[in-house]
Amino acid sequence: MFTRSIILLFSLLLAKNLLAVEMVTKEQIKGLDEQVQDIKKEVIAISGDLNQLEEKLLYPSNTQVSIFISLEKNTSTPPSAVKIDLDNVNVSHHIYSYKEVEALKIGGVQRIYTGNVKTGKHQLQVSFINKQGNKGKENTFSHQFEKGAKPKLVEIKVSNSGISFKNW
Amino acid sequence: MHRQLIRLIIFPVILLNISSAHAAEKTHQGEVEDLFFGEALYHAYQSEYFNAISRLDTELMQYYDLDEQNLSSLYHHIGDAEFSVGDYELYYRMHNRASRAIKAVIEGNVEEVVRNAAGYRLAKIYYQKNQPLNAFHAIEKVKGELPHKLRYEEAFLRAQIFMVNGKFTDAINLLKPIENSEGVKGFAGYNLAVALFQSGKEQQGIAQLNKVGQIKSTDEQVLAIKDKANLVLGFRLLEANKAEKAKQYLDRVRFTGPFSNKALLGSGWAAAAMGKYDRALVPWQILAKRNITDKSVQEVMLGVPYAYGKLDIHGKAAIIYGQSLEAYSVELERVDASIKSIRQGKFLSALVGEELKADKDWLIKLRELPDTPETHYLTQMLASHDFQESLRNYFDLSELQQRMDIWLKELDSYEEIISIRQAYYQPLLPDIEKQFRVLDSKMKLRTQQRNRLDSRLKKILIAPKPDLLATANERVVLQQITGLEDEYKTRGLSDNDPAMARISRLKGLINWNIYTEYDTRLTDAHKHLNQLDEHMNELDKSYRAFVRTRQAATQSYKGYDNTLQQLKIRIKQAQPKVKTLMSRQGYLLEQMAINELEIRRKRLEDFQVKARFALAESYDRATKKQEDEKVQKVENELKEDHE
Repeated sequence: MFTRSIILLFSLLLAKNLLAVEMVTKEQIKGLDEQVQDIKKEVIAISGDLNQLEEKLLYPSNTQVSIFISLEKNTSTPPSAVKIDLDNVNVSHHIYSYKEVEALKIGGVQRIYTGNVKTGKHQLQVSFINKQGNKGKENTFSHQFEKGAKPKLVEIKVSNSGISFKNW
Repeated sequence: MHRQLIRLIIFPVILLNISSAHAAEKTHQGEVEDLFFGEALYHAYQSEYFNAISRLDTELMQYYDLDEQNLSSLYHHIGDAEFSVGDYELYYRMHNRASRAIKAVIEGNVEEVVRNAAGYRLAKIYYQKNQPLNAFHAIEKVKGELPHKLRYEEAFLRAQIFMVNGKFTDAINLLKPIENSEGVKGFAGYNLAVALFQSGKEQQGIAQLNKVGQIKSTDEQVLAIKDKANLVLGFRLLEANKAEKAKQYLDRVRFTGPFSNKALLGSGWAAAAMGKYDRALVPWQILAKRNITDKSVQEVMLGVPYAYGKLDIHGKAAIIYGQSLEAYSVELERVDASIKSIRQGKFLSALVGEELKADKDWLIKLRELPDTPETHYLTQMLASHDFQESLRNYFDLSELQQRMDIWLKELDSYEEIISIRQAYYQPLLPDIEKQFRVLDSKMKLRTQQRNRLDSRLKKILIAPKPDLLATANERVVLQQITGLEDEYKTRGLSDNDPAMARISRLKGLINWNIYTEYDTRLTDAHKHLNQLDEHMNELDKSYRAFVRTRQAATQSYKGYDNTLQQLKIRIKQAQPKVKTLMSRQGYLLEQMAINELEIRRKRLEDFQVKARFALAESYDRATKKQEDEKVQKVENELKEDHE
């Protein structure tokens, strides 16, 4: 009785509506998806070769220096922003987004700077800004490293007890 | 109609966390020993899969080019890196390449836990790509230890695969022990109900849905599945003419969740089925005030006046039918405007113009777009998995296009850098080359001299030769004495001659010093050689630095032409492909959107027709009722007069 009355009321059903419409088939979607996958593969390969070219052209081994930032496990106060000075020249600064902090917290490593320096000793100065209410507290740390013939990698690790530097 | 709805609602097995827009979860345990691997993780954890894959590909390529791979810092992560690249390809919806990468991990020399994790991923790809048999074979190979975080998800996936292969009993056995486990709570229980229904255990299925419908959780996904369980159960009972019970379950569904509109509609039907139209009006009137683009809302606009009609309030029913007719007309105009706007290409530009990145919030961001004709029905369209996937592909293609435009500009600037370097270094290099040759020959000479001294000293150590350590003065004096001795011998002086004896004494004196000071002199000689080595090392460092600088100067502009040209060609070849695919993908999206809107239009037109008939009927009934009342009144008056 109830079903009958509902059918009487809403008698025109979807099945009828489907007739006049040109449908997009699963095969069409799948076929296009395969082609999108192929072009992604092609562009990723170009990107890889570009990475290598850039490194060779812009940052050759004998002058290359890269600075990385990581977070030690269970660090309770991740930085809000960071400033990097190399030989008293500001080379990089960065304000962290929520997603970036989350990525650092679970083991991601941020490459904050890649540049060129000559061989010999260099002074690195890192300032971390932590937001406390409406104010920002800035802590600055210094580190000296020696650039040799190979690319120089410096890791800055933030932890609850401060920061540590590691030369790679 | 109920049957259709129930089929639509219950048929799909619920997938857990298959949305590829989610950021990669933490896959790597422990300290990162390779900074570039850590950098790839950093990108992946932010859903920047293109960057993550590109970085890892570069690292892996460099790693496999090494002779001594065990000295590379990536050596510690090579299994993880190979695995992660497949994982990120999966997130980037490159299923074909991901399958190959994951198969390579499975076939490689990796630990059981890594192989099983890879097997799980592969099975998931096949399952998502609707290849049930391949999924079954892949999951059957997963045996033994699994990563801790996958222990329930693997059982859940295995059960899902069993279900699509018709092995419901096996699925039930797998799902029962994990229905309340972390990460699969709600989903496992719901699918258990589906498996029970599909294996013919109707009553157990109902009991299971009831159980899922009472889960306690604060997780939005779990709450949504809880709502779905109640909704499905409600509709099943409604179909079985158990309206009162059905209403209880339908009323459990939250007012604000994704299933609330359907539940309100169903709750009204349940009340109507019991003949309680006044109670049906409660949920239906709430629903009628919601977003008119929703199917349930459009439908309830006929339900509300229908209920009033059943309550014999035909006048009000007629008024509401009239309002519904007006609302359908407005909505039809909007649908037509949407179709027109989409055909003009505004739909895709509205989506891409918002710079929506493929992060986990992209769906939410899309839903927050301003209401325009082209986006009016967007939320409804996004409910379709095919539409979502096609849209993601469109975004990805748009991103690729932007990247390649930037790369071409960068390659132009690289060419400029190279020409500037060439202009600077080329005139300087011939002179530097000349100086270098002089320095080089001097270096070689000094090195030869040093090596000769070293070799002599080594020989002395084996066979002592004190003469070789005589001072320059001693050598000169000894030479003079030997000269005099020869001269005296030529003159015929005998050895007993006093002059010869004197010569012999002088020789003896010098040899005495040479022989008695031999040890000291040998030690000093070594000391001096070491001092010389220090200077030689310094010289060697400067020499090498000079060689490197000279080489770097040459390499800073030489040997790039081919690479640059090839890259440019490859980018220029890829660009039109991306453009074509974008327009095809865009066309497909537009077609899907238009199709959905056409269906909506037909549906609205049908509702409009029904509303017109019902309106006329309501007017007739209202008029008839008024006339009946008048007749009744006249009869009553006549009766009173007669009395």
